[in-house]
Amino acid sequence: MGKFRLITKGLVKENPTFVLLLGMCPTLATTTSAINGMGMGLATMFVLVLSNMAISATAPYIPDKVRIPAYIVIIAAFVTVLQFIMQAYTPAMYETLGLFIPLIVVNCIVLGRAEAFANKNSVIDSACDGLGIGLGFTMSLTILGLVREILGSGSVFGFKFIEGDGILAFVLAPGAFLALAYLIVIFRKITRMN
Amino acid sequence: MVLCLGIICLVSSAVLAGVYALTKEPIAAAAAAKTNNAITQVVPAYDGEPEAASIEAGGQQYDYYIVKKDGEVAGYAITASATGFGGPVTVMVGVTADGTVYNTSVLSQSETPGLGAKCTEPEFADQFKNLDPASVKLAVTKDGGDIDAITASTITSRAYVGAVNNALAVYRAIVEGSTPDVSTGATVPAADGQDAEECQTQQSK
Amino acid sequence: MEYLIILVSAIFVNNILLAQFLGCCPFLGVSNKLSTAVGMSGAVCFVITLATLVTYLLQYYVLVPLHIEFMQTISFILVIAALVQMVEIILKKISPSLYQALGIFLPLITTNCAVLGIALIVVTKEFTFGGDPHMLNLVESVVYAFASSVGFGLAMVLFAGLREQIALNKVPKPFRGIPIALVTASILAMAFMGFSGLV
Repeated sequence: MGKFRLITKGLVKENPTFVLLLGMCPTLATTTSAINGMGMGLATMFVLVLSNMAISATAPYIPDKVRIPAYIVIIAAFVTVLQFIMQAYTPAMYETLGLFIPLIVVNCIVLGRAEAFANKNSVIDSACDGLGIGLGFTMSLTILGLVREILGSGSVFGFKFIEGDGILAFVLAPGAFLALAYLIVIFRKITRMN
Repeated sequence: MVLCLGIICLVSSAVLAGVYALTKEPIAAAAAAKTNNAITQVVPAYDGEPEAASIEAGGQQYDYYIVKKDGEVAGYAITASATGFGGPVTVMVGVTADGTVYNTSVLSQSETPGLGAKCTEPEFADQFKNLDPASVKLAVTKDGGDIDAITASTITSRAYVGAVNNALAVYRAIVEGSTPDVSTGATVPAADGQDAEECQTQQSK
Repeated sequence: MEYLIILVSAIFVNNILLAQFLGCCPFLGVSNKLSTAVGMSGAVCFVITLATLVTYLLQYYVLVPLHIEFMQTISFILVIAALVQMVEIILKKISPSLYQALGIFLPLITTNCAVLGIALIVVTKEFTFGGDPHMLNLVESVVYAFASSVGFGLAMVLFAGLREQIALNKVPKPFRGIPIALVTASILAMAFMGFSGLV
């Protein structure tokens, strides 16, 4: 498979949020605005690319029996590195996303890609795969965040376009479930993958 | 098998320790910048570095910063919190030497986005700008005070007002008991005591 | 009194699933049948309470004294993974019937973000259960963890019951599967919002 295909497949065909339905916790919890969704997506992409590369490089030396704990340790290490970097350079974003940054460790997408792709492909291919899936995840979270922000607070990327409030429920928990449900349906309709 | 896992753990820990050492300073700098930003926002113009101190008031330990202008105390930036809707609302309250609230800044809150989280917006927070506690009743209008609550977020508004009230109580404790603070070793300068007395007489008039 | 507030707050007001979105994967994944939902909830309840107890001790008696708080994420997830393995082995030995009921869910629990989430929340967040903001002590942490997992179970069981009913109805094609489940979850979350302000 060409490198380009590896990167683009995560956007539509294997979109982690709308098609594979993985990593639902951060998807629902952090998309109160487009910028938050994007931040969460990029943070996950960072871990995904690095852990994919590291796992692809070490996979031949890890005995099959302990591979899951080994992968978890590698992923957790990268997540902690990300925590330090975010605390140092984007403290405001780190505070907003809060708990969901350390929880990238248990995001099924990251462990899923390690199991399904990285441990049997080359380092470069794994990096491309991580980048593709990461981009797909970032895109989905940004779209979901954008929809919730427009409906919920009447603004786009923080710029208000209506006076007063939007439909508050969309910023709160019920709106998260509802917006995601309708986005999946629209995505299915467009791509005709019923 | 165990050896392999051990090696991975060891290497990961080593990498983490390295990154930790590298980012330790920027993290501390970012945290300090945040506090300094908040201080600059809530107190009048000052020179030099804000002086950190802490005091016990009402059985609780409070942290605050003293800022000075030309050697005189220009104000205090007091960190206080109260229980909101989704957890504690922590506010830094700037009190000038004469006892008026100069400005406030939210340090942390976990209120509902779109509702209580609006307490950080100027529409609500600006009510506490240049506020003289002697002439304004610090409570939300629902409780017979002079502060307009955020629409549909009375609990958050109450918490915010409560935090400001706590900070004012701390301010009074600072100016009344300018005794050396044993726990931190920080000493509140004697000059303040005089300021405080003046200010109190002013207030009682 | 304080423990009662913790219970009500964690089960209803700040429901771990419907208000904090922790543990959504099993929530959407294994809620097709009521019986599996009950099994999963039981296993999660057991593991969350135990894991929080262990990670709390780990945090305050190992990580903090040694000044290696930066190892928090990595050590917590390792402890949880090891704990789940241990529970599985012990359960198999001493109570095969319970193992039959919960066993298949145990491996899934390691990557349930509710477990790591609660463990991290109790050592990082300040709470104000009927008093001033404070960090939770050991007993409060365990009670909070237990209450949260009961909240998880409650939401899970309610949701599975609803989904069993939906399965009997004709759902428009693009909505089949997860989307209609999400719409249901949305309505359930709206119902739980009615509890807000209770504590």
